[in-house]
Amino acid sequence: MALSFTLNGKPRQVEAAPSTLVSELLRDHLGLTGTHVGCDTSQCGACVVLLDGRAVKSCTLLAPALDGASVTTIEGLAKGEVLHPMQQAFHLNHGLQCGFCTAGMVMTAVALVADNPSPTEAEVRAGLEGNICRCTGYQNIVASILAGAAAMRSASDVAA
Amino acid sequence: MKAFDYHRPAAVGEAAALLATLADSRPLAGGMTLLPTLKLRLAEAPALIDLSRLSEARGIKQDGDALAVGAMTCHADVAASPLAKALIPGLAQLAGSIGDPAVRNRGTIGGSLANNDPSADYPAAVLALGAVIVTSRREIPADDYFVGLFETALEPDEIILAVRLPVPRAAGYAKLRNPASRFPTVGVFVADTSAGVRVAANGFALGVARLPEFESALANHFAPDAVAGIHVDAEAFSSDIHAEAAYKAHLVGVMARRAVSTALELRGPP
Repeated sequence: MALSFTLNGKPRQVEAAPSTLVSELLRDHLGLTGTHVGCDTSQCGACVVLLDGRAVKSCTLLAPALDGASVTTIEGLAKGEVLHPMQQAFHLNHGLQCGFCTAGMVMTAVALVADNPSPTEAEVRAGLEGNICRCTGYQNIVASILAGAAAMRSASDVAA
Repeated sequence: MKAFDYHRPAAVGEAAALLATLADSRPLAGGMTLLPTLKLRLAEAPALIDLSRLSEARGIKQDGDALAVGAMTCHADVAASPLAKALIPGLAQLAGSIGDPAVRNRGTIGGSLANNDPSADYPAAVLALGAVIVTSRREIPADDYFVGLFETALEPDEIILAVRLPVPRAAGYAKLRNPASRFPTVGVFVADTSAGVRVAANGFALGVARLPEFESALANHFAPDAVAGIHVDAEAFSSDIHAEAAYKAHLVGVMARRAVSTALELRGPP
């Protein structure tokens, strides 16, 4: 079926079978391999993308759900060579080890901070319930998100 | 995933007609259970009827002395709804505790009730509040709706449009989450309603059920201590690798006490 949606700010038209998962569409059809597939059973969160600004697991979403919507993947966060404040915070706080879960962590974090600009550590940890990391023990991921939230707040202060 | 035909009707009548005419077709709500089940080939559907464009199944509004929640409303929207938080804060809190944030952004109340997973959260609330399930063809009281394990009173071509939840004097929910899956091992919802105190628990082998002894104890005295010492028969639970039946039966009392505490906290001072 023909699908029309906004992908990382740009209009896209694609043809895909209705049984196509959004994770497959992004990775296999559109070459956006920043979205990872970890468990493929909607538990690990490596595949999280933003659908109309909300975090969703793209491995458990049919491509038709994109029709008319706006999708943001990890590739859509940086502005050219300038990392998104949340990406920069993960970089500065060593918020990853192997990096496999990181795209999903960052997308979940961006959605969390958009909803709650000043989350507490407990709120960050609760917000990560759907994202699994098998390397870090989460300490630096939580630190990264708290730092990224602060950076996003000052970025929006500058924009205002 | 195996290929399937896909329909996205905009009207309830059309959706019901598709379900009635297309053999073995399945309605698709948020897909948080159906899609993983199809991916694992635990289920097969030659056709999916996507309910996401049914505007009649959307929205949260006050309907007399009840809160009406459209079937396609996702858990995150119920959790964040100022109306839900004002009228039935225990329900909003329950919705905000389901699964994880990404699941709450897709999973719906209608899907949860149609699936009737024994480990789902919403059935306990809907049964305890004495809600009415509004479908494409009738209104079903919660007491007649939950039939058994993954079984409901719904006909194959019947679609849930909304849930009408009477506003209680106080209501609260407590559960023990499986630390890995985050599904409730046992969850108890207590509600002090105009029809009396109603208590329902999920986690039973055959799914959600009311707890009459807890109801009469709380009707006498709506306080956590009132349910202390009530014996819960382990026969109604099944043992699994995470919890023995006797442990689950014990948890009913613990969660009931916590749910009453939560209900009293959410109600605030008299």
